[in-house]
Amino acid sequence: MIRLKAAFARLIGRLIRFTGRGGGTTLPGRVLLKLDRDAVDKLGAGLSEGSTLISATNGKTTTASMLAVILAAEGRHPVHNRTGSNMNWGVATALLEQDGDEGLFEVDEAWLAETASRLDPHTILLANLFRDQLDRYGETEALADAWLGLARERAASTTFVLNADDPLVADIGRASGPDTSYFGIEDGSVASAELQHASDAKNCRVCGAELTYELAFVGHLGHYRCPSCGMVRPAPEVSAHEVRLTGMTGLGARIRSPEGSAELELPLPGLYNLYNALGAIATARALGIPVGAAVASLASMKAVFGRVERIPVGSTELSILLIKNPAGANEVLRTLALEPEPVDLWVGLNDRIADGRDVSWIWDADFEELADRVRSVVCAGTRAPEMAVRLKYAGWPTERIEVVGELDRSLERALEARPGRLFALPTYTALLELRQLLADRYDADRYWQG
Amino acid sequence: MRLRLLSLYPDQMNIYADRGNLTFLRKRCEWRGIGFELTRCGIGDRFDPEAHDLIYIGGGQDRDQKAVAEDLVRNKRDQMFLAHEGGAVILAVCGGYQLLGRSYQLEDEQIEGLGLAGLETVRDPGPRLIGPVSITVEIDDTERVVAGFENHGGRTWLDPGCRPLGTVRSGYGNNGKDGLEGVRDGNLIGTYLHGPLLPKNAWLADHLIGLALEHGGSGRVELEPLDDRLESAAHRSALSAADAR
Repeated sequence: MIRLKAAFARLIGRLIRFTGRGGGTTLPGRVLLKLDRDAVDKLGAGLSEGSTLISATNGKTTTASMLAVILAAEGRHPVHNRTGSNMNWGVATALLEQDGDEGLFEVDEAWLAETASRLDPHTILLANLFRDQLDRYGETEALADAWLGLARERAASTTFVLNADDPLVADIGRASGPDTSYFGIEDGSVASAELQHASDAKNCRVCGAELTYELAFVGHLGHYRCPSCGMVRPAPEVSAHEVRLTGMTGLGARIRSPEGSAELELPLPGLYNLYNALGAIATARALGIPVGAAVASLASMKAVFGRVERIPVGSTELSILLIKNPAGANEVLRTLALEPEPVDLWVGLNDRIADGRDVSWIWDADFEELADRVRSVVCAGTRAPEMAVRLKYAGWPTERIEVVGELDRSLERALEARPGRLFALPTYTALLELRQLLADRYDADRYWQG
Repeated sequence: MRLRLLSLYPDQMNIYADRGNLTFLRKRCEWRGIGFELTRCGIGDRFDPEAHDLIYIGGGQDRDQKAVAEDLVRNKRDQMFLAHEGGAVILAVCGGYQLLGRSYQLEDEQIEGLGLAGLETVRDPGPRLIGPVSITVEIDDTERVVAGFENHGGRTWLDPGCRPLGTVRSGYGNNGKDGLEGVRDGNLIGTYLHGPLLPKNAWLADHLIGLALEHGGSGRVELEPLDDRLESAAHRSALSAADAR
């Protein structure tokens, strides 16, 4: 029966694409799940080599595509929800439309338990938990509790790969069994002066006492310990040393593991991408791929859709940097501050369900970092005026801030105001709309192929 | 002329970007040449109830809010009562608002609050009350609208005779049932409109600045008007999000 239902759902997908209506990314999966609630279990059972799941607040899509690149170099081509659609229907759609003998799925933080129970994965990477869409996910501590419960249940059947630098995630090692491995950054020279404002992990998960940080890298990711109960950051098997950040062009680091070390050259910027790379390398290692091979494969990595890409639009070179929560936005702002020239920006703030209806978070992001580094900014999206107010109070000169809520016009405006280089900072659904617009209007869709 | 602001538990009670309110107040003072002094007061700290014109407390995660409740009752109750009686402006938002009452409920536990306002917060089996919200308030005999966002599991009930901040136009308010939102008693305001509500309601920020300056001994102050075109647009944007629900 499942084969008949799957064929029908696939046909729906083809029809949508044929009629050129777009937006058909997850409709086949949604249709299939309507026909059969257990479709993911049934199709997933066909993956003879099992599945790997990746979850995190930030970096899921990039990390998964890094791991896909590493696997591809080994001749492994997993079924992979590469468009970043990471709830049940996104996984179902990938299973419907791709063939392969193993699965690689990024999974929404809140859907992880459900997806894991359906796919019975042999490996799970948990990379970070940040304050994000509190109206949808609730508190970060509640998510950490749910993940801990999942690890306890699956300790015997799943190998966990955890970020040693995130106390909310590393704590899961208490329950996740002896196969657990860790990754982290060991280079204090790239740490920030202090813990950022919007810190989500102030307290020890074991005893509740306030944590002491020796180093903070990204948000609350760093080197911490509990002065009360003695809990310490686990020593990572895969670690980054001698980190070199080179603005928007990329980064380098020496990656060490028990098997030896290798020089990473990554064409993606920022410490957050170093964490993504470490997660992918450590997971590859858990899947039997030597660290040296994984590191070498990442040199060919291109930015995935929406996460730092450069697109020629007329005479302008457009780079898109997703911003969706304070920690992620802060890393984008920190990276932009390294640009040698003042920047021209387009910022798209939407409040649709997938963005989180609540736009309060923009006040937790440190837009102050760019106050004297901005030449012009156009604010767009459903809540554009509120973004403009945020920027004004971050000290950006008001005469450089323009509000054009409507997407087409706002982009036109940004492009005509400043031909040359433009950075677009959209929330998630604003990114989808921007991508559609670029494809329709500027014939830029070929940049997302493959 | 200066505004002396006390930020209570900024390390714990900041979950919905509460610092946006402080940034907003600071800038609006600075642009008018009004001095702005910010004092942070955390767990274990004490404060002088006469030394602050505006006291702010925001929302926090369950664990933090519980620790803060214990500290408020143990270390700051008297000062809070004295500050309130002395006419200091108190703005308590979300979790901070619940702490003004006699008690609030966390799962099955009833946790003691300040008892500064006649209200109590309980759970009910229904879902969290989440979404954009707008309320009508009456300030200086004028009806105004406050727009914001709410996200709370607790249901707050005011004692008979206790005055709400406003009535719900759209959204849930205190409990989703009686149409009331927040609490108001003299210069004390509690509300579920969380996080950066002042940036969405610049007029309210200015109203609080005026009251705080008066408390600080500057008399009734006519605030210099600012170019609020962006702020007005932001208010309309938040309001239409609430009214579209």
